[in-house]
Amino acid sequence: MIARPYAAARRTLSISEKLLDVNWGLVLIIAIIASVGFAMLYSVAGGHFSPWANKQILRFIIGLVMLVGCAMVDIRVWMQVAYPAYAFSLLLLIATTIAGHVGLGAKRWIELGPIELQPSELMKISLILALARYLHGLGVEDVSKPFRLLIPLAMIGIPAALVLSQPNLGTATIIVADGVSLLFLAGLSWWWILPAFGAVAAAVPIGWQFLHDYQRRRVLTFLNPQLDAMGAGWNISQAEIAMGSGGLAGKGFLNGTQSQLNFLPEANTDFAWTAIGEEFGFLGCTMLLLLFAIVIFYGVRIAVASRSQFARLLALGLTLNFFFYIMINGMMVTGLIPVVGIPMPLISYGGTAMLVVMFGFGLLMSCHVHRQVEIPRGSGSII
Amino acid sequence: MPLFDRKDKSRYATFTRRSLMMSGGVGVVFAILGGRLYQLQIQEGQEYRARSEENRVSERLVAPPRGRIFDRFGVELANNRRNFRVLLTREQLPNGVKPALDTISRIIYLSDRQRERVLRDVAANKAFVPVIVAENLSWDDFARINLHLPYLTGIQPDVGETRAYPFGDELVHILGYVAAVSQQEEQADSDPLLGLPGFRIGKRGIEKEFDTELRGKAGVDRIEVNAYGRNIRELSHETAAPGADIYLTIDNDLQRFTAQRLAGESAAGVVMDVTTGDVLALASTPGFDPNLFNIGISNAQWRELMGDDHKPLLNKAIAGTYPPGSTFKTAMAVAAVDNDMADFAVNCSGSIRLGNHVFYCDAWRIGGHGHVNLTRGIQVSCDIFFYEVARRLGIDKMGASARALGLGAPTGIELPGERSGLIPTRAWKLARFGVPWQQGETLVNGIGQGYMLATPIQLCMLAARIATGKAVVPRITHDIGIRRSPHPAHAPLPFSDKAFTMVREGMRLAVNQPGGTAFGSRITQPGMEMAGKTGTAQVRRITKEERATGIKSNASLPWNLREHALFIAFAPVEAPRYAASIVLEHGGNAHLEPQVQFARDILLYAQTRDPLKMQTAYPINAASLPTNSG
Repeated sequence: MIARPYAAARRTLSISEKLLDVNWGLVLIIAIIASVGFAMLYSVAGGHFSPWANKQILRFIIGLVMLVGCAMVDIRVWMQVAYPAYAFSLLLLIATTIAGHVGLGAKRWIELGPIELQPSELMKISLILALARYLHGLGVEDVSKPFRLLIPLAMIGIPAALVLSQPNLGTATIIVADGVSLLFLAGLSWWWILPAFGAVAAAVPIGWQFLHDYQRRRVLTFLNPQLDAMGAGWNISQAEIAMGSGGLAGKGFLNGTQSQLNFLPEANTDFAWTAIGEEFGFLGCTMLLLLFAIVIFYGVRIAVASRSQFARLLALGLTLNFFFYIMINGMMVTGLIPVVGIPMPLISYGGTAMLVVMFGFGLLMSCHVHRQVEIPRGSGSII
Repeated sequence: MPLFDRKDKSRYATFTRRSLMMSGGVGVVFAILGGRLYQLQIQEGQEYRARSEENRVSERLVAPPRGRIFDRFGVELANNRRNFRVLLTREQLPNGVKPALDTISRIIYLSDRQRERVLRDVAANKAFVPVIVAENLSWDDFARINLHLPYLTGIQPDVGETRAYPFGDELVHILGYVAAVSQQEEQADSDPLLGLPGFRIGKRGIEKEFDTELRGKAGVDRIEVNAYGRNIRELSHETAAPGADIYLTIDNDLQRFTAQRLAGESAAGVVMDVTTGDVLALASTPGFDPNLFNIGISNAQWRELMGDDHKPLLNKAIAGTYPPGSTFKTAMAVAAVDNDMADFAVNCSGSIRLGNHVFYCDAWRIGGHGHVNLTRGIQVSCDIFFYEVARRLGIDKMGASARALGLGAPTGIELPGERSGLIPTRAWKLARFGVPWQQGETLVNGIGQGYMLATPIQLCMLAARIATGKAVVPRITHDIGIRRSPHPAHAPLPFSDKAFTMVREGMRLAVNQPGGTAFGSRITQPGMEMAGKTGTAQVRRITKEERATGIKSNASLPWNLREHALFIAFAPVEAPRYAASIVLEHGGNAHLEPQVQFARDILLYAQTRDPLKMQTAYPINAASLPTNSG
């Protein structure tokens, strides 16, 4: 049925066996989280499914089918498509940068037939796939060899630079974080890691020069929201008011005044978690964090239980990618870091993000289903 | 190829170790997020809850209807009339603001200034905020707008409220007017109502004096708004408390009669009820239209009012100060009797010499008045008699009596801007000019010239006090809302009855006896006769040369150099009920005595008005009156 260029699978599972083997517990948790998101979109729309909740539900169902479909595909096939996928994403990213549409003042979208796509979202998954494949072929001591390190650094650096030029600081940060995490997990020497962190810290003032005006303004208003209380600081202070006013148990479903009366900006997208905080309070927010933690726990367990280095790196890479979304969005809407435009996965309204996240879970599930598949180190290496 | 070589094992171990480290990092981040949530929602939750309420709830003030002002018989002198206006809401206009204004100006007149203001207001407000296009429309214009309404999308006719003064300039000096709040006034007054756009407060007269009472208390609409300020729904409503109605002692008919009688002159006239002190009329001419200030006065109109030498903006009845002239002789006569000079008499030869200065009497050309006692001194207004009285009394005793009669201090009438006039003292002169008092000044001040200054209301009060012998105090309000002032009981003045009797007799002779200064303009209706005292206030010095060659007649002088003509009176003579004072600026005429004619007509009118009506003073039960309709 499928070409099997790699040997040493213990045996090939049938589709029905694979379906039974899908971690349905994880799927249930994902569905619960997504449902919280639907409820929020319903509430933010003033108690209506239109215009957001209905579309989001549809996307989630498509995503769910995609998740299960991806889980059925052999992990070795994913390994095989890793580089082409990366190349494809990179091409799209370049195309966006050149001929992308201007959305929210930044070139982030490209029209691909009927759907608008954010190549930067696709790039994260592709990068994880490609890096996992590349690092699969390297031993611990190989990873730290400067020549071997050049290729993954380029694989990370080029899309990150492109995304940064869009400009999209948040996604660029996640791309770098994904890539560096994989290098770290593959065993990159501390002799590289620690000086690199030092260098980054030193580069912050230089990087400041390259930031766009609106990015600088965001950082400045983050550091002092009162600087521009009615302008850029508005988002931060209104988000904090929404979150804080929720108190312990929240104002109740459909009763969030900040989100219902449009004080909360982007309540359906980037600041959706804030709307949850307003209506369901501290209990609701920590409950959601707990669900996220369970998903991450599942992801780590799948990674550690996988027999192939590719699957391990892929599974944990995807899990960490999911985590970075939560971290950056969570910190951004609670005022811990500047606003960078990263959605809350499964919660925020948005087509590409939902499909990419579900695609990621599909790959994670494929790792789970194919955890017993062993892939020799040498195979798949391009060097 | 072996599946698990040593290298594989080592990198799997590394992966597991490092994945645990990463998981630890994940845990730390979740702990930070949880901690931040705890801080925002649990520790600072109350504060943020309050701030979200502040965001959500907009408190809108509701202006209360202003209290009305009535005369003593319940005639509305100031009320709130419907203000027909046209508003437009930008977001509802199909083709923008300018075409909408074009459409409106085809129906009603819009000036270029109005159009500019509308465009400015539209630009300054959010798209859903209605902006006033035109207000104070006539009913016809308003009806035309309503007729075309089906084609006027986004344009709303609206009925507001505005202050109206039905009697215009005849009552303006009593009522004052309302106008837009100035910046200083807004800072000085903490009432949030003053910040309301279009709110008006009292600027003069009763409107200013009782502004707080008339204003009422603001209502509050608590409205839920969204982030753009658009109303979502009303949360609660607290109705505005209407301002208190004020009842004046003024008799509107008499007031208007007085104002009309004095029209064309620069003059003041006050009429009081001597038994109560109620001011029945208080006119100052010329006036101006108070509605101008409410609607908005143009620069040209303002310049015209400011530049007028008849000073229409000045309430001369309380803020105009004039040398009382010979009207002051009544006070001098009271002082004389009080100082045992009741039987004092002089032989008037037309002049007296004091040191090297000669003082003249009006009658000097005909050789003087001859034998003059106190009553005759008042009747013929003999200066020589009062020079002698002044010389014997001295300025201290003269001043004490004048002040006891109410001169030299504000009467306390409930109107803003009352002046105190002036009864000079030795100390005052020393402080003012650094020169001690001269005896010659005592003589000049003894006939109401020199430094002496009095307001028409003080002169009217003087007449009332002479007529009654009591310390009558003028008042202009009797009911403010439900607060009712009882009839005041006036204390007797510290002078003997004989003093008043003699002065009243002198004043009776001055009007009703041939030879009296006001005989030509007496009241002839039996039982309504008045008693009075004329006065002339010089506004220039008469030189020795002029006296030698003949004093220029008043009519030959420029208007602003002519003498002021004064008159104080009470009527009827036998049982005084009304006191009046008239000051006619630059209106002196020794033959016609126009100020006496004015007083005669006004006092006659006051007495011929329905006596039954007069007896029903305060028939109005404030509580039973309909309150403001707004």
